Amino acid sequence: MSVRRLADDSIQPQAFAFSNDNAAWAQKKIAQYPTGRQQSAVIPLLWRAQEQEGWLSRSAIESIAKLLGMAYIRVLEVATFYTQFLLKPVGSKAHVLICGTTPCMLRGAEDLRDVCQHHIHNDPFMLNEAGTLSWEEVECLGACVNAPMVMIGNDTYEDLTPQRMREILVAFETGNGDSIKPGTQIERGNSAAEGGATTLLVPPSKTREKFSPPVPPATPEQPAAVAAPQAATSAAKPRDVTEESAPAIKGPAPQAKVSEAKAEGERAAAAAAANADGEPNRAMREDATGAESSAGKIDGGRAPGKPTAGAPSENASATKAEPVTTDPVPGSTALLVAPAGAADNLKLISGVGPKLEARLNALGITKWSQVAELTETEIAKVEGTLNFRGRIGRDKWLEQAKALATGGAAEYLRVFGKDPK
Amino acid sequence: MLQDKDRIFTNLYGQGDWGLEGARARGGWQGTAGFIEQGRDWITNEVKASGLRGRGGAGFPTALKWTFMPKEGAGDGRPSQLLVNADESEPGTCKDREILRHDPHHLIEGCLLAGRAMGAHIAYVYIRGEFIRERHHFEAAVQQAYDARLIGKNNIHGWDFDIVVHHGAGAYICGEETALMESLEGKKGQPRLKPPFPAAMGVYGNPTTVNNVESIAVVPEILRRSGAWFASIGRANNTGSKLMCVSGHVNKPATFEEAMGQTFEEIIETHCGGIRGGWDNLLAVIPGGASVPCVTGEKIRHAIVDFDGLREVGSSLGTAAIIVMDKSPDIIKAIWRLSAFYKHESCGQCTPCREGTGWMMRVMERMVEGRAQKREIDMLFEVTKQIEGHTICALGDAAAWPIQGLIKNFRHVIEARIDAYTYNSTSEGAVPSIATE
Repeated sequence: MSVRRLADDSIQPQAFAFSNDNAAWAQKKIAQYPTGRQQSAVIPLLWRAQEQEGWLSRSAIESIAKLLGMAYIRVLEVATFYTQFLLKPVGSKAHVLICGTTPCMLRGAEDLRDVCQHHIHNDPFMLNEAGTLSWEEVECLGACVNAPMVMIGNDTYEDLTPQRMREILVAFETGNGDSIKPGTQIERGNSAAEGGATTLLVPPSKTREKFSPPVPPATPEQPAAVAAPQAATSAAKPRDVTEESAPAIKGPAPQAKVSEAKAEGERAAAAAAANADGEPNRAMREDATGAESSAGKIDGGRAPGKPTAGAPSENASATKAEPVTTDPVPGSTALLVAPAGAADNLKLISGVGPKLEARLNALGITKWSQVAELTETEIAKVEGTLNFRGRIGRDKWLEQAKALATGGAAEYLRVFGKDPK
Repeated sequence: MLQDKDRIFTNLYGQGDWGLEGARARGGWQGTAGFIEQGRDWITNEVKASGLRGRGGAGFPTALKWTFMPKEGAGDGRPSQLLVNADESEPGTCKDREILRHDPHHLIEGCLLAGRAMGAHIAYVYIRGEFIRERHHFEAAVQQAYDARLIGKNNIHGWDFDIVVHHGAGAYICGEETALMESLEGKKGQPRLKPPFPAAMGVYGNPTTVNNVESIAVVPEILRRSGAWFASIGRANNTGSKLMCVSGHVNKPATFEEAMGQTFEEIIETHCGGIRGGWDNLLAVIPGGASVPCVTGEKIRHAIVDFDGLREVGSSLGTAAIIVMDKSPDIIKAIWRLSAFYKHESCGQCTPCREGTGWMMRVMERMVEGRAQKREIDMLFEVTKQIEGHTICALGDAAAWPIQGLIKNFRHVIEARIDAYTYNSTSEGAVPSIATE
């Protein structure tokens, strides 16, 4: 739930009226629903009003209520419940909806938000100085395989990088939004895999082969035994006959659900046992130390805060999002000759951690400029040694290193829109 | 592995024409009149023989659901209705989008046939508000079908049928079937109590069947090629092909149609170019959209991706929206983001969910930094148990499960985070260095 209120009275227009085209369209829309059910048209009509005016004003809500014979409050309820209705004016040239839900977040939606915060305004729904742009973070927009993505107006822009995001913002700001092709911004066919689809390689045909069941099912549980597939399924007797169409929120089948009473009982029993024998509660995890456990169990007896304490620093590094290198054999033979002079901090390249840096140094790579100038064969060799195939290209090491080599952190900030980590 | 000739959605990536001509060239609208003529029971039986289970998440047998509708002539004069749930908002899921924009005639033909099978003369298709271009495509395709007299009054198939395209305006909860009906009636999308079930009293008080887009869109091909054909794909009770969407940390995220019953590893290697950084770098997978429990990497690698296979590893196929996480992201933060999602999308009707989702999100926010007590982990777990099962719809459950999954599988990560936060504190107070890095 979020609190959504109408805009301040000072900016509410006095009156609202549909244009002639839209009024005719509204009548047609209302007629689609059964007689006496014209209330159904409320969302489409509010939507059309928003398309016409750019946002929903109080007068628009009231005039639609009159049109549909509804109480004002019922329409106000709908307008404030559905989050796509904009209750105050937004950027005149573009209002950017950034999808921030987990699938997009995993692929870098936060970087897109940073770009918008820098380029438009720190806060959502606020206009930039010229009043042309605004942004908000929304929940899943349903293009998860093309993450991260944003929606501007009626179109989605998918597979974005911070750089591309900035280009799109500039294009809209200068009124050239049409010059950006909607959809994916990289080489791929809509939702097909990057670099070419893995299915549908044979052109579809109009004819359908007659299906002949596979020859004698050797075993009784062969799937071809279609005579009574329903009889065997436990799904034939679910508890809730209507579950199937509650896709979004139903989650696992009832059978997969943990019995609440059982779980609660187990937890209570374990807690009681823990209280009785002084051992920590192991109901959740076998090696639980428990919040009440002595300091010795947590940091080996050393008080927190002492820099010499060993265990906590281990914990600290374990929680850092460090890429895990599994290859126990670091590159033993140097690939390049390490140049003279102090080594650069390779960790500034996103994707390189302390371990990878050490290995790169072992290969003779100590400078950003060296990384920037790696040839393809060298990349293959480096990746082979590091056991990280394709990573250098994916994480754009070369571009990053080039920026760093040219102008250090400042150049990096200019190219990528963020500080090196 | 499914062969191209057995794929149902042949224009999945929009390579060809999505309109009527293109659909006909790919074999659509063939023999439809014949299927209508064979009657209600024949269609239902054929779909029953195919073993089709609903594609929207719960996997309820589609044909069985149709039989709950009043029999011909047995009703009390109220019209039967089909409501197609195209409010695809589950995080990770983007399959219905491809059907609506690239293969809309599959859905239109499916509506007509399913309408015949349940004695309905009208279908409402509720498309989520964010799918604006998709809705335009679908509306245009419906208009094509009307113009060619494939649907409408006195159409060439001999079964009067209307399709009304409706849309929402950005509310996840409208994917719940009773909230969907409320929203279609022009109200706030707050779920209704059941019973009465939709088949007895649905939209406008009339008997209604709510089906997912994919469940309806596969029906024409099942009838064209026979239920036995569909049943020959996949394992018993888990038949057919399925649109899958793989997002997150794979090398090449994609949507594709694949036979059920493959192992997770086969699917990822064949269609997605492997896990980013290799299989050793795989941390966890959410295999069916955000509302199903997450599974650890080693458990899912050899699991079979279908309804029963994923139930065995303690999760669910859901909508087959596979979200892959490698070891680079902060798992606590990823789950916190889901909590923020549910807090945002709670409809506010039931107190445990309205208050609880916000409460859980705020505690999770502190856990991301480590600014918490270890006993609060147990307390948080207990709160999720208080929300689960105490609400009208399942959004409360869905909000509780990801956190329960996190605590069960990654409790040590949370504890380490709390320790690290304490360790980094100074006399001036705690320094949240770990979380901000």
